[in-house]
Formats: sequence, structure tokens, C-alpha cells
Amino acid sequence: MINVNQIRKDFPLLTRKINGKPIIYLDSSATALKPRCVIDAVNRYYKRCTANVFRGIYTLSEEATAGYEKARIDVAAFIHAKTDEIVFTRNTSESLNLIAYSWLPDHVKPYDEVITTIMEHHSNFVPWQQMRKTLGYTFTVWNITPDGTLDLDGLEKMVTKKTKLVTFTAVSNVLGTINPIKKITGIVKTLNPGCMVIVDAAQAVPHMPVDVEDWGADAIAFSSHKMLGPSGMGALWMKKEILDDMKPFLYGGDMIKEVHEQETVFHDIPHKFEAGTPFIEGAFGFGAAVGYLGKIGMKQIRNHEKELTAYAYERLSSIGGMTLYGPRNIEYHAGVLAFQMKGAHPHDVAQILDEDNICIRVGFHCAMPLHEYLGIGPTVRVSFNIYNDKDDVDALVEGLKRVKNIFG
Amino acid sequence: MDFYRQQILDHYKHPHNLGHLSEADVSATLFNSTCGDKVIMELKFEKDGKTIKDIRFSGEGCAVSQASASLLTDYVRGLGKERVMKMKAKTMLDLLHATLTPSRMKCALLPLEAIQKCIIEWENRRVV
Repeated sequence: MINVNQIRKDFPLLTRKINGKPIIYLDSSATALKPRCVIDAVNRYYKRCTANVFRGIYTLSEEATAGYEKARIDVAAFIHAKTDEIVFTRNTSESLNLIAYSWLPDHVKPYDEVITTIMEHHSNFVPWQQMRKTLGYTFTVWNITPDGTLDLDGLEKMVTKKTKLVTFTAVSNVLGTINPIKKITGIVKTLNPGCMVIVDAAQAVPHMPVDVEDWGADAIAFSSHKMLGPSGMGALWMKKEILDDMKPFLYGGDMIKEVHEQETVFHDIPHKFEAGTPFIEGAFGFGAAVGYLGKIGMKQIRNHEKELTAYAYERLSSIGGMTLYGPRNIEYHAGVLAFQMKGAHPHDVAQILDEDNICIRVGFHCAMPLHEYLGIGPTVRVSFNIYNDKDDVDALVEGLKRVKNIFG
Repeated sequence: MDFYRQQILDHYKHPHNLGHLSEADVSATLFNSTCGDKVIMELKFEKDGKTIKDIRFSGEGCAVSQASASLLTDYVRGLGKERVMKMKAKTMLDLLHATLTPSRMKCALLPLEAIQKCIIEWENRRVV
């Protein structure tokens, strides 16, 4: 069991009051709050060992380098990966773009096909949709069933020898659907062993145990800021043999071994993909974040959020005039709930809730194709993290009742 | 709750000038992708080609964008296009009697931007 009252003490922001009222933060799918240990880790770089990495032959630089690389070890261990298979990026979008620019052009020809899903965040949709314009492949969108899950039978009919990439999200940031990753990867690899499988894990790594070996995908992408770490920091995990074979993403400092007037020898992975001075303090914070999550335990976190989601589902349904989206089976519904309220536009809902500092997200949540597919306008979304409890849900329900009084 | 005073709610629930013109001179659609507000404006000019004779709006959106469209369409009927082109955020806020946060300003200004888009298109067409 997670002791939320104890955990809340680790998050300085939760002591803040706006207009004398506490903050009820229900937007962790957008970004998560930061615990003190993450803030301290970033500060440690500023206060104790500010220096560039990989260069200085002096203590400060050695410490900065060690801190930066320790973060890589910790992040790798967190998802059961090998350390040199972790490339630090700015965020999930950049991780996916790295693949789109460095892998895709050499492997996907005009007669080939790339498949993504209708439930993707724009970060795992737009790169593949746009690269098609220069590479000329077929861009296919895999649809969902009415209960908000991916249509596995449909996939079996879709994948052929021409399918060179299947990319999908581990968890929908709108529907909350937890996709059966191992199963999907198995289907794809059975039908076409040479097909690359990428998982957008931005909404999964912060909230449940992730084991890349068990998943069986070739690459996964995620962001530090959604898992209690600094923003501007992300990671790409990719199998070593694929990384080794790929061209660099960006050229410049740090990513080279030797540079001569006409030729350059690139660095080994992962440094080959980390051009320029990296976000060193971001890595310090990222490392601290996975340390913090690991201590609490990812199974416990998932169970806590599952319980909260079930409670929220029940309480929100009781209000009346609500349409809730996403799977009803809580076993594959993560701590994300999107809904619409009859008569009240999501923006107005958000503004009324804001009067009580209830922070929720409204709009399309960077998933416009999904809303279009469902034939719905913008939605209200609440999402949970370890610092949320049932009192937060109760406050939300009270807020929504006020909305109903005004617009009902 | 101050913000959702009766005026905004009245205009949201019972908007003025909602619908379509049978013979519009020009129309324009604007979309705010962050919140999904969509406003379609249709304008009919007097014979002088300068004065707004009639106007309708349609689309969907929050209380702020819908109330703004309702209030603004009432306000601009009979006004010259030059005057409408000079309107800024302040005109809209005065009509709403409200102060808005930056994210809500976009909702409030969408109808005005749609009308101005209509006028620009009308002028371009007449030049050609």
C-alpha cells in the first residue's frame, strides 16, 4: 500500500496555496510534479559539480560525468535494459524523431508500409505521417474497437512482408487503454520477423513495471518529466545492433571519436546519438526520479492508480450527464480518465474547477486523430499519480457538481 | 463563479445571430486547436460594400467563445468594415464585461478574428 500522506510531503509544490486553497493536481499525464530528491539532484549539479562532461581532467568534471552516466545506468536498470542501449534525448517526441530521421530512410522504401494507431499521441503519429511525404511509403492507421482497445484481429490482417514498421503506444493518453504489448509484438514478429516494432512508453514507464526484454519490441521512447523528473529530458531505448547500424541523428561535439579535414569517425553508441553538451542536470534529476519511483515500487504504483481509477470511474458515473471514454475493464485501464459533460464545454469545466485549484486538462490532449475517429469534440481529462488519493477525486466530483449547477 | 455571470450564460444558452444567411457575401471558419472551438462567420454587406448589413455565426465552442460571438455579431451589424478591422481585444472584453486569462482570451477573440478574416477576404475579392 502506498502512504499518500507520507508521499505528499516529498512534493514541495503541494504545500503551495493559491487564494488560500490547496492544489489538487490531476494532470500528471501532461506532466508530473517533482519530489524534493529530484530538485536536490538538479541543484547538486549546480551547487557542487557544474562542469562539462567527458572533457575535464579535474574533479568537478569527473563528478559531472559520473552523475550523468550514473543516470543512464539507473534509467536502463529501471526498464531492464542494457546501459549502452539508452540514448538521452529531450523527450519522447525527439526519441521518435531520432528513429524517423536516422533509421527510417535507410529501411523503408516507397513500396513498403508503416503502421501506427489511431490512439497515438501526436508524437507517435505526425513523424510517420510526415516522413511519408519524402519517402513515399504507405502510411496505415490501425483502428480501435468500440471498447477503446486496439483491434488485434485487424492487425493480423494488416501486417505483411511489406510492413517495415509497426509503432504504437503502450498506454493511451486519452482512453487510458493499456495495450497488450507483448501480444502485439508477438503477432507482428510472427507475421514478419524483419518488421521493426516501436513502443511509445511515455504513459507507461512512469506508472507500471516495464521490462523491455519481456515486451519484445525493438525500441521504446519515454520522457523524464512525466515520471517526476525534469522536463527537457527523455530517453530512447533501442537494441544495440540497430543503434550500431544507424546513422547519427545530429552531428557535432561529443558524438565523435576523431575529426579530420574531410572525414569523421563517430563515437560508439549511445554517444553517437548525443551531439553537443547534453542536459547534464536533467540527467541528474532523471536518475533521482527513477530511484524514487523504484523505492516505492512500480507494482505498488500501478495498484494504487488502478484503485483510484476504479473509484473515479464509479464516482464520475454517478454524477449524471457524463460520458466516460476508455475501457471499462480496469485491468487494462491506466490512471487516465477522459470524459464529456452534457451541456458544459470542457474549457468552461476547466475554468470552474480552477477556481478551486483543481488542475485538469481539456482539449484534444495531443490526440486529434483519435477525437476525430470517435467523432467527438474536445474532452476533459483527469490523470493520477502517487500523490493523488480519493480525497482528490471527491474534490473533483464536488467541482463537477458545481459545473452542473451552472450549465445543467 | 463570478465569471459565469448571467450575461455570458444567457448568450451561451440563447445565442443571438446563430445560424446561416441565405445569401452571404462572404464566410470564414476559424478553429482553435487547443480547445476545439470552431467559429463560422457569414457576412452580408450593404450595396456600398462597406457596411455590414447582416451577420450569422455557427460552430461549436465554450461559453466564452459562443457568448463572444453572440455579443459581437449584435454589435457589428450596421458598422463599417474599417471600424471592425480596427477592433482589438479591448472591444471584446468591454462587451463581455470580463477580464480573461491568456488562454481564455483566445476563445473570446476567435469570433472577432473570424469576422476580420471575412472582411479581408471580401476586400481581396473586390480588388480582383
